[in-house]
Amino acid sequence: MINIMEIKVLGTGCARCKSLEKVTTKAVGELNLDVTVVKVEDIQKIMEYAVMRTPALVINEKVVLSGQVPKVNELKEILTNNL
Amino acid sequence: MSRIKNKIVLVLLLIPIWIVVYKYLQEISDFIVFRIFQMPPEKHLTETLRFFIYEVPKVIMLLVLIIFFVGIIRTYFSPEKTRKALEGKSLFAGNVMASLLGIVTPFCSCSAIPLFLGFVEAGIPLGVTFSFLIAAPMINEVALVLLIGLFGWKVALIYVLTGLTIAIMAGFILEKLKLTRYVADWVYKTHSKQTLEEEESMTFNQRISAGGEVVKEIVGKIWIYILLGIAVGAGAHGFVPDEYLAGALGSQNWYSVPLAILVGIPLYSNAAGIIPIVSVLIEKGVTLGTALAFMMSVIGLSLPEIIILKKVLKWQLIGVFVGVVALGIVIVGLIFNYIIFI
Repeated sequence: MINIMEIKVLGTGCARCKSLEKVTTKAVGELNLDVTVVKVEDIQKIMEYAVMRTPALVINEKVVLSGQVPKVNELKEILTNNL
Repeated sequence: MSRIKNKIVLVLLLIPIWIVVYKYLQEISDFIVFRIFQMPPEKHLTETLRFFIYEVPKVIMLLVLIIFFVGIIRTYFSPEKTRKALEGKSLFAGNVMASLLGIVTPFCSCSAIPLFLGFVEAGIPLGVTFSFLIAAPMINEVALVLLIGLFGWKVALIYVLTGLTIAIMAGFILEKLKLTRYVADWVYKTHSKQTLEEEESMTFNQRISAGGEVVKEIVGKIWIYILLGIAVGAGAHGFVPDEYLAGALGSQNWYSVPLAILVGIPLYSNAAGIIPIVSVLIEKGVTLGTALAFMMSVIGLSLPEIIILKKVLKWQLIGVFVGVVALGIVIVGLIFNYIIFI
């Protein structure tokens, strides 16, 4: 089965947003996923996802995390569950 | 199951150890200074070092304990739940609730914008939203810890109560001024495509872990400021003569409070760095009202946060916002300087 995944990291550029992006890229790399990680910094775009805490993680247009930066292992689990 | 028990047992075991160490901290620090370092008593350098070796572990221990429990309490709250609780509340009750929730809801100033927009979209009045945005940074657990540690619980309580009063009144006044037109135009046009699903509830074991994580994150970030703040404090404690600052800032000069606030707003520091310095200001003759006003303006009104808010508010509204909060702090400072003497 081929899954087309799109991962977005929502964040206006704070320190925690950058660390979520880093963790996500790492988790994607370790899982060998063929996806692109997009960073969304425009606040109006971010608000379309109704998140009230940044950073947030969006997988295939679904918000799976907001306001937290998980560890790489935890994020890997989240990614696998949302495949 | 056994792991769940383990974590609670671990916490229950660590607490008595914490209490015993905390109780004998002065003895431990005296032992290090006088026995191990063999320093002569009553000297400036000795006093400085003794202050430092006592205050640093004391403050860090208090931080760990209180942030841990606040971290657990906060897992029961979220901005989403707070927003739901505030929907449809009448004006004054809304201000009171928003200010109280501002204390316990997890908040980071980098999330101020999404939070602001989320509140506005839910139809929560601007003034109620401001009450939240004033209370959340101003009354924080780090400030609380340091105030308890360095001034005692009475001053800490006064700080919380006056902070709440400012947040409630400022939000109420801002609403009465009807400033909605000074919110950036695009804000009311934003609509989210989806609604968030309800969060899963956590087990108590997870809440304990979350508390531990928060401790690691916050203490890891601010320990250096505490060290620096207390080092400056310790230096002044040993070397600057008492009542040194009493002339300009200590006596009941009416201008000392506004002056402290003007100096405080552009200073960007967190509670961790500023409070040890404030404690020295008081020791050297600055009155409590002036010192509290200084501290509130440093941590409650900061330039970076104002710059963040500029994205959603026009400058007129930011001006009124800063003005109303600053006025509230001035009143609190003056009340303390003139009426209440501790």
